[in-house]
Amino acid sequence: MLNLQGVHTFYGPIEALRGVTLDVAKGEIVTLIGANGAGKSTLLMTICGRPRAAEGSIRFDGEDITREETFSIIRRGIAQAPEGRRIFARLTVFENLQIGATVADPGHFASDIEKVFTLFPILRKRRDQRGGTLSGGEQQMLSIGRALMGRPRLLLLDEPSLGLAPMIVKQIFAAIAEINRAQGLTVLLVEQNAYHALRLAHRGYVMQTGRIVLSGSGAELLANPEVRAAYLEGGVHA
Amino acid sequence: MIAAAAPSPLPAALKEAAVAAVVALALAIPMVGFYTVDEGGSLVAKTRFDWVAIAVAAVFAGRLALALWPPAWRLKPRREPAHVAVDGRFTLMKFFGAAAVTVAVVLPFLPFTDRYIIDVATTVLIYVMLGWGLNIVVGLAGLLDLGYVAFYAVGAYSFALLARNFGLNFWECLPLAGIFAALFGVLLGFPVLRLRGDYLAIVTLGFGEMIRIVLVNWQSFTGGPNGLTSIPRPSFFGLPFTRTPEAGETAFHEFFGLEFSSYHRLAFLYFVILVLALITNAFTLRIRRLPVGRAWEALREDEIACRALGINPTNTKLTAFAIGAMFGGFAGSFFAARQGFISPESFTFIESALILAVVVLGGMGSQIGIVFAAILLVVLPEIAREFAELRMVLFGAAMIGIMVWRPHGLLSRRDPSILLPLPKATGAS
Ligand SMILES: Nc1ncnc2c1ncn2[C@@H]1O[C@H](COP(=O)(O)OP(=O)(O)OP(=O)(O)O)[C@@H](O)[C@H]1O
Ligand SMILES: [Mg+2]
Repeated sequence: MLNLQGVHTFYGPIEALRGVTLDVAKGEIVTLIGANGAGKSTLLMTICGRPRAAEGSIRFDGEDITREETFSIIRRGIAQAPEGRRIFARLTVFENLQIGATVADPGHFASDIEKVFTLFPILRKRRDQRGGTLSGGEQQMLSIGRALMGRPRLLLLDEPSLGLAPMIVKQIFAAIAEINRAQGLTVLLVEQNAYHALRLAHRGYVMQTGRIVLSGSGAELLANPEVRAAYLEGGVHA
Repeated sequence: MIAAAAPSPLPAALKEAAVAAVVALALAIPMVGFYTVDEGGSLVAKTRFDWVAIAVAAVFAGRLALALWPPAWRLKPRREPAHVAVDGRFTLMKFFGAAAVTVAVVLPFLPFTDRYIIDVATTVLIYVMLGWGLNIVVGLAGLLDLGYVAFYAVGAYSFALLARNFGLNFWECLPLAGIFAALFGVLLGFPVLRLRGDYLAIVTLGFGEMIRIVLVNWQSFTGGPNGLTSIPRPSFFGLPFTRTPEAGETAFHEFFGLEFSSYHRLAFLYFVILVLALITNAFTLRIRRLPVGRAWEALREDEIACRALGINPTNTKLTAFAIGAMFGGFAGSFFAARQGFISPESFTFIESALILAVVVLGGMGSQIGIVFAAILLVVLPEIAREFAELRMVLFGAAMIGIMVWRPHGLLSRRDPSILLPLPKATGAS
């Protein structure tokens, strides 16, 4: 469904992506792990066309989207819950979700928002609250819900567990598994929380300073000694 | 600067006041310290350093008083309520709005209302309308525009030129003036698409000046600094407001069997601008609930998130500039029709600043706040007129006072564009 071939991305002189090749098949959950500054967020942003890939190609459903404008890439059915959530702080939860539905057919709005409220019941209670006053976990749920309102076929999630209590992380990961299972939504998930992410994902990639250095099924990567040493030590989760 | 936290200890307060006094000194020497007198045909510069001393002392004392002000007396920073549905002020504001409209409609019929009051009220409404128009750009879309007066000018000159050259009447010109202004809005919008904040402000400021300079210099077309005169006055659906109408025409007072009074025309103009302003308001309230209006507000909050959600920022910004400009153009047409005479002097930067002040004082995005701010900014100088020379000083002092006491504007709150009825308690929960 999504296919990246030798993608290079620059921030001025800094080469943030140094030839990334990666595949996401329809219906999969694929996770991308890596240290801070490895270029994971850059990769997700590059898929959305901002910053633009300097070299290489990005294909979605077989079509080349490397040079396309962000808004038209999104219209093809890619949604992103960006790093740092980026909730519209002064707008209510409901308005945030309305804006998420910009690229969707308005006819689906009522049933889509119902789905989001079923997935994250707390959002229903917070419907008229300003986004900026939500707790971190609630904001993350809103960010994912807002992305889902655009009826994507591919969902890009950037560190949805960042700064959240283990209970909430569980809840969010369960929700990701649920949308993947029930709606067959394809997910590309960037995570620091390698253990949970690899358990959830069908496949995973490990990134280091702008390159993919390892890939394999979630279970394989979990068992890999290098991965264990770099991303799982010190926090062995039960 | 006016930190809401702890009171400054005396030495810190003294230091702060001393710094302010030095700044005041630097400003006061050239501005107050020297003045010129006409002595036998030649200008002579004289000094009055006692005035400078007074100014510096006043600034020092004022700054010291502010710094030592007991924190308990300071206004607490006001927070927007998190939960808007339980916020009673929402309905209170609706009530206020309805009351304000009622007062505005009956005002010309009240016994104490005279020509002067109607005239001031008309001016207030022009600023309300300009404030609401600029609010689309600044308050909703978050694009700081310091050159809004350019669109006001385009609207005014469009009407004046169309009416004089093609004999079109006010109602025919109004939509055309709006379209021209909107085109200029897009023209300004294109080069500034990538700019934000300070840079945007500077470019828009330049744009406003450019328009004015063109108006001054394009003598043959705009009349240059002398402006355009004898702009036709709007009629009441074809009935002119003249004492003795031309042959074949019926005047307003004849048609309605009234005694001729120049008050009729003033009241009519007042109602025209009232209706135009209310249309602006209704339009804004409506468009906030539509995808394009929501996109404006989303863009103001976070441009990156907007892109990630498939909003096209280019189109969104251009529509904000165009629609904001359109209402400025309408207001400009009305201004030209009311004055019967326009010149570039009416469209200087100070006018842009005043309109922006209306929006900012009103509380950035609050429709009713803008009404209060417009009343304040128009009526205050009128009242201060009695103080002649000190008029602008009082005006400035009042502005500073408002910014000290209400740093976020008179009514800084964003009302949700939509509020659904509260969800019914479901059996399950
Ligand atoms: N806007 C930018 N301008 C310049 N350099 C940037 C910019 N954004 C990111 N970088 C650099 O690109 C590299 C990759 O950053 P990126 O945000 O993609 O890392 P990441 O893998 O998401 O890290 P984290 O896990 O901390 O979020 C870093 O070295 C970073 O400093
Ligand atoms: Mg990141």
